[in-house]
Amino acid sequence: MAAEALQHPKTRPIELLQRRSIRHRLWVGSVTLLVASGSLFLLWPVYFMLITSLKTSGGAFILPIKWLPYIQYEPQWANYKEALEFMKWTVVYGNTLKVASLAMIGDVLSATFVAYGFARFRAPFRNTLFTMMLATLMIPFAVRLVPEYLSFARLGMIDTFWPLILPPWLGSAFNIFLLRQFFTTIPLAMDEAATIDGAGPLRILFQILVPQIRPALIVVAIGSFTFHWNDFLRPLLYLNLPANRTAAVALSFFSAVYGGTPFNLLMAAALVMLIPVLVLFFTLQRYYIQGVVISGVKG
Amino acid sequence: MRLTRSEHAAGWLFVLPAALLIVAFGLFPIGWALLLSFQSSDFVSPSKWVGLANYQLMWVDPVFWKSLKATFYYTFASVPLSVSFATLVALLLNEKIPGVSVWRTIYYLPAIISGVPVAMMWWWLFNPSYGLINGTLYDWFGAVGPRWLSDTHWVIPAFIIMSLWGFGGPMLIYLAAIQGVPTHLYESAELDGANVLQQIWNITLPSITPVIFFNGVMAIISSFQVFTNAFIITQGGPNYASYFYVLLIWNNAFTYIANMGYADGLSWVLFSIMLVFTWLAFRSSHAWVHYETDVPGEAK
Repeated sequence: MAAEALQHPKTRPIELLQRRSIRHRLWVGSVTLLVASGSLFLLWPVYFMLITSLKTSGGAFILPIKWLPYIQYEPQWANYKEALEFMKWTVVYGNTLKVASLAMIGDVLSATFVAYGFARFRAPFRNTLFTMMLATLMIPFAVRLVPEYLSFARLGMIDTFWPLILPPWLGSAFNIFLLRQFFTTIPLAMDEAATIDGAGPLRILFQILVPQIRPALIVVAIGSFTFHWNDFLRPLLYLNLPANRTAAVALSFFSAVYGGTPFNLLMAAALVMLIPVLVLFFTLQRYYIQGVVISGVKG
Repeated sequence: MRLTRSEHAAGWLFVLPAALLIVAFGLFPIGWALLLSFQSSDFVSPSKWVGLANYQLMWVDPVFWKSLKATFYYTFASVPLSVSFATLVALLLNEKIPGVSVWRTIYYLPAIISGVPVAMMWWWLFNPSYGLINGTLYDWFGAVGPRWLSDTHWVIPAFIIMSLWGFGGPMLIYLAAIQGVPTHLYESAELDGANVLQQIWNITLPSITPVIFFNGVMAIISSFQVFTNAFIITQGGPNYASYFYVLLIWNNAFTYIANMGYADGLSWVLFSIMLVFTWLAFRSSHAWVHYETDVPGEAK
């Protein structure tokens, strides 16, 4: 502080400071107002989904829009039961949960191991390999679509969950990159101290490094679960039997079977599908935003 | 630190999955796709070598051109809009306003709410008579809105609005970058009498140009590959107005036509277009991206 004061010897006149503080409060007030009204804009569509899901099939198509359940109309909670039963929700959500959790475990484990390798070991061609891995991020999935399908078809894995579960166990370039950035922020001296105490690479990884990058691991876990939970294209491609459907695919078949689109049931089913991801996000939210912010700075 | 042979081995063991990843999901598929694009294959008859026929077919295929037009229109409108929108929101959420962490969570929510449920949501919001948008327009202003998803002129603008919903992820990255801007820059600017807007324009934005660039490239890559919303809501209609490129690939590969060779040719064309645009973005970046680190040994 003292050094700063020496560098800028001119102190500000009191009146200028006061004028600035009024202007400052006006600024904060208007920004808050803008942010608050913007957030209403974001929550409005979700609210519209919610009230639609509680209307009768005819009630969804009445103008002016009835915004207030219990006051303007009787909420139809039975819509949720009908929508879920139509989706065969026990089967569909069982499938999705299985795929998303196994894929998530694969993503987290493989990214941890590979990132550790890239961050801590020197081996020939390691940097070339790392660059090449990042380059695979640039390959559009559309290019890989057909060859991947043909490969899994040859392996006899169509209409099994393997094409959805196996790839994450090889790691994803993005997650590996993210975790490597985090590993490199931990001082190497900690590894060396542990080595002197006789710890092997695996012990160092799990007892020393992993506890320190927990926020990043949570980012990877949430991101991976959300991705696989919502994934639509690959389940649509690989799973044909109705018994194998995931929630995203089942949701997309809704209107096709019903004929006219029952938007009240559709919104109910869509909202239910959002619940697990929202629960996961809100439980781990604190780590999540922190983790992304740190990785953004370091990356 | 000298490395022993066993340490080399351990290092290789850990990164081995990455090597498999590159081969299995990088080199092998793109190589095979290139090979297939010179063949005709439809699952039924044995595939045969047809040279450049698939690429010649594209040249005369009107659907290919329509699809390319829809994809370009969408990309060049949605990328600048979503990049500036995300930056603007990040700047606002960086201000020290009351309850800032609550606002940040609310603004990040759309990034969590994604996939098919959101496609369904938009489908209903854009319903020409009873959806949120036109319904509110009519109730409050007595105005009759456009028919959005069934109007060839309005369907792409509708998709551009949908694309803005995905601003949460980039916004968080901008926020992180803005917080990394050294505070002494602002302090000296304040002493020079710069107001908030001048500070944002002359300090914040130039400092985060590398991140704007990163998000811009990512946005280009993903918007060239837009699929789920179009597949579920419009199936490419009306009259191919929203027939995005990946939809074209998908339909050729897996639905009525089952022409894998043509689909692979199409995907290679998309890959080349994306490479060209990424390259152009990198070329242009020298003019406007400001990197903090100087090249060592070079005079300032």
